[in-house]
Amino acid sequence: MPEKTFAPWDDPNEIPLIQFKNVTKRFGSFVAIDDQSFDIYAQEFFALLGPSGCGKTTMMRMLAGFENPTEGTILLGGEDIAPIPPNKREVNMMFQSYALFPHLTVWENIAFGLKRDGMAKPQIDARVDEMLSLTRLEQFARRKPHQISGGQRQRVALARSLAKAPKLLLLDEPLGALDAKLRQDTQFELMDIQEKTGTTFVIVTHDQEEAMTVASRVAVMDHGKIIQADTPDRIYERPGSVYVADFIGEVTIIEGRATKSEGGYELEFAENQPRIFAASDLNLPQNQVAYIAIRPEKVAISSDKPANIRNAVQGKILDIAYLGNLSTYHVELPTGQIIKAQTANTSRLANRPFTWEDGVWLSWTDTAGVLLER
Amino acid sequence: MRRLTLILIPYFWLLALFLVPFAIVFKISLSDVELAIPPYTPTLDLSEGWAGFKSFLAGLDFENFTFLTTDDLYWKSYLSSLRIAIISTVLTLFVAYPIAYGMAKAPKHWQPTLLMLVILPFWTSFLIRVYSWMGILSTEGYLNQLLLGLGVISEPLAIMNTNTAVYIGIVYTYLPFMILPIYSALERLDESLLEAAEDLGCSRISAFWLVTIPLSKTGIIAGCFLVFIPVMGEFVIPSLLGGSQTLMIGKVLFEEFFSNRDWPVASAVAVILLLILIVPIILFQRNEQKQREADG
Repeated sequence: MPEKTFAPWDDPNEIPLIQFKNVTKRFGSFVAIDDQSFDIYAQEFFALLGPSGCGKTTMMRMLAGFENPTEGTILLGGEDIAPIPPNKREVNMMFQSYALFPHLTVWENIAFGLKRDGMAKPQIDARVDEMLSLTRLEQFARRKPHQISGGQRQRVALARSLAKAPKLLLLDEPLGALDAKLRQDTQFELMDIQEKTGTTFVIVTHDQEEAMTVASRVAVMDHGKIIQADTPDRIYERPGSVYVADFIGEVTIIEGRATKSEGGYELEFAENQPRIFAASDLNLPQNQVAYIAIRPEKVAISSDKPANIRNAVQGKILDIAYLGNLSTYHVELPTGQIIKAQTANTSRLANRPFTWEDGVWLSWTDTAGVLLER
Repeated sequence: MRRLTLILIPYFWLLALFLVPFAIVFKISLSDVELAIPPYTPTLDLSEGWAGFKSFLAGLDFENFTFLTTDDLYWKSYLSSLRIAIISTVLTLFVAYPIAYGMAKAPKHWQPTLLMLVILPFWTSFLIRVYSWMGILSTEGYLNQLLLGLGVISEPLAIMNTNTAVYIGIVYTYLPFMILPIYSALERLDESLLEAAEDLGCSRISAFWLVTIPLSKTGIIAGCFLVFIPVMGEFVIPSLLGGSQTLMIGKVLFEEFFSNRDWPVASAVAVILLLILIVPIILFQRNEQKQREADG
């Protein structure tokens, strides 16, 4: 890493590689993409994250050239790509199904795009060998796709889409077909390859953990709109809306009426409950309905009321989810509100201090909760 | 035990309906023609015991096969049949492929209907359909009337009783046998493969040649054999639509049996025809097996 962190999106002088300008895509009366404008910068690993049907695949297919925007323009390197057919774009795609040609060997699959460009034979050989070693597939070069494992097929698909050294590589749920363990290893491999080749990657996924792991920026999508596009840490720590907070990771959302207080807002969320406080720069009218999102790992759990802390509530343990390294406690307040608290299991399970039905205190700092308008 | 039964039934079927009749035909092909019922000799008479069987064997010879080589009618008919079978298989392929392609690309909810339409002609007798082609193609037929009426031609076309009529008849009759296997191959084709090909720099046309055609190869091969093998021995279409110059071995076979009543020579013709067809039949089955392996 250079001394400067990689953050071209914060630099106003940086020219984006891809620009979506008021892009709308309709299929009949269905609006798949709703008037979206955003930029993707060179060498970024950009993730489009969202539930199925949110428009993320449509976004990707417009970049590949399989769909054209109904309105608006997409610029690649400053050039409108709408009139350029998919076979002429410097964009390659790795398909969710991998779409490997079953009648061709691994070697021929990787060479397919190079041959179409009319590249000379020795250069093709060299490039294919380079791709095979990048994806550690040398000994499978002569096999057909049905003779190799799922993980190997995934790497062939990656090698094939990278072979033409595209300006932009699109990955459609690239790890969806792999099992959990292999998926984790492959995520790091993907990041490695992205760094080595310096290609701009756009990945479509519905797996938030995957998006958080690999991406430099994550765009959370819903109903054809990007709700928030930001670095993984900002998406997680500073979500802009309840939707994003809820979509990424575990969270407790508390709804209430906000009252201005020193450096933030106090939220009155139920009768006979102390108000809870969250530091915030927002400017809300008095008694406005607002939400506080609290991550479970930021909530401490104790048997006695903690001293010198503003946000403390009492409740009863309803459920314990034991995840091995962590335990998540679902604590029910007398009002019925459930707050999640997470602790690291640093000692053996037998020494666990709390169990079901125990009365406990939950507390969190002033900056732990995020105040949200909607 | 149940498995054994399941295996035995088809083998029994094969034995009873193919091997036994073939053995009988083969035996007749080794016999001599005679004015009797049945019209050949010798016949096996078991009442005379072992001596009868021996004299029966002594009466068999390969005379008829030798005869086939002396008259050039036979090898010319075989060659002509082969030529007509090859040409009409290619023609059928060219007509069937676009139809199968269109069916596979049609919206999913239309496909059962389209499939039905392909099979629909089988509901009418094959003979009636060939006869109706006579009505269409003859000098005063519908086609000539239409073309004359439109002023496209001034003299009626002489299609009837030519090889052209035979080709039309064969292509029409055997089209479903070509369409169905190609359709089934194309229908399984993953659309994303074509997108991948385009994404990697193929135009639509080159994606068709580099992906669609290779991946429908097994269907094409299956269809070609399903047309080629029966057309080789086809008798009805050349005798109804073809003229005197249309030479096909099926027609020769028919004439030997029913006009000349020379069963032994006719049987010899049939045996040779079968030997010729064994090669394509084996190739066809190998193709089917390869297909199963690729699917499995």
